[in-house]
Amino acid sequence: MPMKVGSEPFKNRVDEGIQNTFMRGAVSGAQDRLEVKRLQAVEELGDWETWRLLGEQIRQHVLENLDYYLTQLSDNVAKLGGHVYFASTAEEAREYIAGVAKQKNAKKIVKSKSMVTEEIDLNHHLQADGLEVVETDLGEYILQLDNDLPSHIVAPALHRNKEQVQESFHSHHGYEGSSRPEELTKHARKMLRNDYLTADIGITGCNFAVAETGSVCIVTNEGNADLSTSLPKTQITVMGMERLVPTFEELEVLVNMLTRSAVGQKLPSYVTVLSGPRGEGDADGPEEFHLVIVDNGRSEILGTEFQPILQCIRCAACANVCPVYRHVGGHSYGSIYSGPVGAVLSPLLGGYDEYKELPFASTLCGACTDVCPVKIPLHELLHKHRQVIVEKEGRAPISERFLMSIFGMGSSSSGLYNMGSKIASKALKPIIKDSHISKGVGPLKNWMEAREFPAPNKERFRDWFENRAKGGNES
Amino acid sequence: MIGQIQNRQAFIEKISQKLKRSEVPSAIEPPQWSYAPQYQVLKDKTQDELLEVLQKQCQLINTSCVVTKLADLPGAVYETIQSYGGGPVIAWQDERFGHYGLTELFNERLPKEQVPVNTWDPAKGRENVSLAEKANVGITIAEQMLAESGTAVLFSYKNHGRAVNFLPEKSIILIPKSMIVPRMTQAAASLRKRVLQGEKVPPCINFISGPSNSADIELILVVGVHGPNYMTYIVIEDL
Repeated sequence: MPMKVGSEPFKNRVDEGIQNTFMRGAVSGAQDRLEVKRLQAVEELGDWETWRLLGEQIRQHVLENLDYYLTQLSDNVAKLGGHVYFASTAEEAREYIAGVAKQKNAKKIVKSKSMVTEEIDLNHHLQADGLEVVETDLGEYILQLDNDLPSHIVAPALHRNKEQVQESFHSHHGYEGSSRPEELTKHARKMLRNDYLTADIGITGCNFAVAETGSVCIVTNEGNADLSTSLPKTQITVMGMERLVPTFEELEVLVNMLTRSAVGQKLPSYVTVLSGPRGEGDADGPEEFHLVIVDNGRSEILGTEFQPILQCIRCAACANVCPVYRHVGGHSYGSIYSGPVGAVLSPLLGGYDEYKELPFASTLCGACTDVCPVKIPLHELLHKHRQVIVEKEGRAPISERFLMSIFGMGSSSSGLYNMGSKIASKALKPIIKDSHISKGVGPLKNWMEAREFPAPNKERFRDWFENRAKGGNES
Repeated sequence: MIGQIQNRQAFIEKISQKLKRSEVPSAIEPPQWSYAPQYQVLKDKTQDELLEVLQKQCQLINTSCVVTKLADLPGAVYETIQSYGGGPVIAWQDERFGHYGLTELFNERLPKEQVPVNTWDPAKGRENVSLAEKANVGITIAEQMLAESGTAVLFSYKNHGRAVNFLPEKSIILIPKSMIVPRMTQAAASLRKRVLQGEKVPPCINFISGPSNSADIELILVVGVHGPNYMTYIVIEDL
């Protein structure tokens, strides 16, 4: 699937999310558990604020010298015998990867979880070329069977319950077992083991590349990335161009911060550092290694006020504390990048035409900014988006523009303002109930679906003040 | 063989332009970072204290941690294999097994008891993968052990097949007690030191912390997904 997911308008997606009670329970439960685990992991480490300052400093330094580090990385990969392809667009990346598959006469590809390959819609294109593409991360594997979409950056199948997984395994594989997660997982293990052994190509994402050594680091708990890279003869790793560090020393810091922030683990079961293809005489590991470095709109963010979003290490801690994500779920964002990071990144990579609503789907409470391990000022970036959308792009919602123009007209003439404020209470009387307006009309309709509006006071402030100044009774 | 680099120039030029410079700097040293909290974690702990930290962490990651004297190592390995239901076993080809006194166990005692022990042999090529796939237990040796996270640091290359750590359902990792370090910081620093001395990085470095697991179904933890379901670290007292 491409970065954009679904074709429903924003409001329908949100309505659907809010009405999905299982999903809402799953999301709020997951948020609570993951945030508690994150807090414990952070507490144990101690001095987390200093870690965050270090994380921020490393990421900012890399972005400020991205041209240098990408040059160094690619030189070092090539020295190890790996091939590097710089893809400016999603299309270029897909074509290169499809080209490698064709050259290798590949039939089957195993894939470990990767957001950037979702972003460039890789699977569908490879499948259109007749290739069998198997997602090996358990969550992604479940989703792929039903062509479903990820709803969380780290736990993609969060919105599905175990009975749905059981049903899906039954209809696709004739699975007759129970809905116990242990048994379901065992089934997936059995099915996927054969895929690893028979695949021609393994495709992975990249948590971090190491410029100094030409290495890529991949983090999993399942071990699927390791089997995807140990057994097939060709490995293709796809990375967003900003996902690198200078040396092993910075890699260590960021991997630790990533896994603590994502799932509250000191380290996950598998942190794997791969450097080039297999060595001479090795009996496993890929014979050929390709690194595809993807821009796809990222360079347009560099050097702008939105540059800090490129510091992101994709831990999704921001989504795990977001009150909006909690209620609407991941699919409402209409992008593979959900939660606060998605609300900042999706309009930048996918454009305001598709994603202008997202920066407004936020309370600007700042919880996301507080938990971000690399100190991205997420809520400030959301606010900046709003400024750009309203001031530069002139794209405020029609109802808001209408309301503002009426207010502008009224407030720029003292006569009109005086009259308006005098008749407001009487004019709105038919829709006032218990001193509140609960049913919106016209431009207030959307806003008031979720909130009440206080009715205008019968006595205007200016009348009250004038009366008081004359020594009248306080009211 | 040197690999190919394609489409680099225009791609990098665009980035330089966005960074408002006319060309890529010829050298940038990673700066002296203003903060270094990582060196404070488990600082000044003795080897015994680090072992204690490791043992506690192993309980959290569903991993058994056995501590044994060198002389008792063959017995400890034998018992672990038995508790895992026997063979077949596959082990890396590594002379340290001999130094640790395991030759007799691998070559005589276990085979005599109908527990086949295969050694990863690069000359056999892909057949190694089939042997690893059929094996019940994989045995490897860690270069370092990270106390904080209960992590074995393993280097895979020619005689050290990657698949030995991933295909068998059970995994045994040996580690001398002297090689326990506080955390990943020390492992990264020693790797960097080797790089700066001009040493080649192994094509595959695994940091393994317990058996494979997933919580992708309703966030319920399941131990044993694609890699091993069970894991034992055997710490050899060598100090």
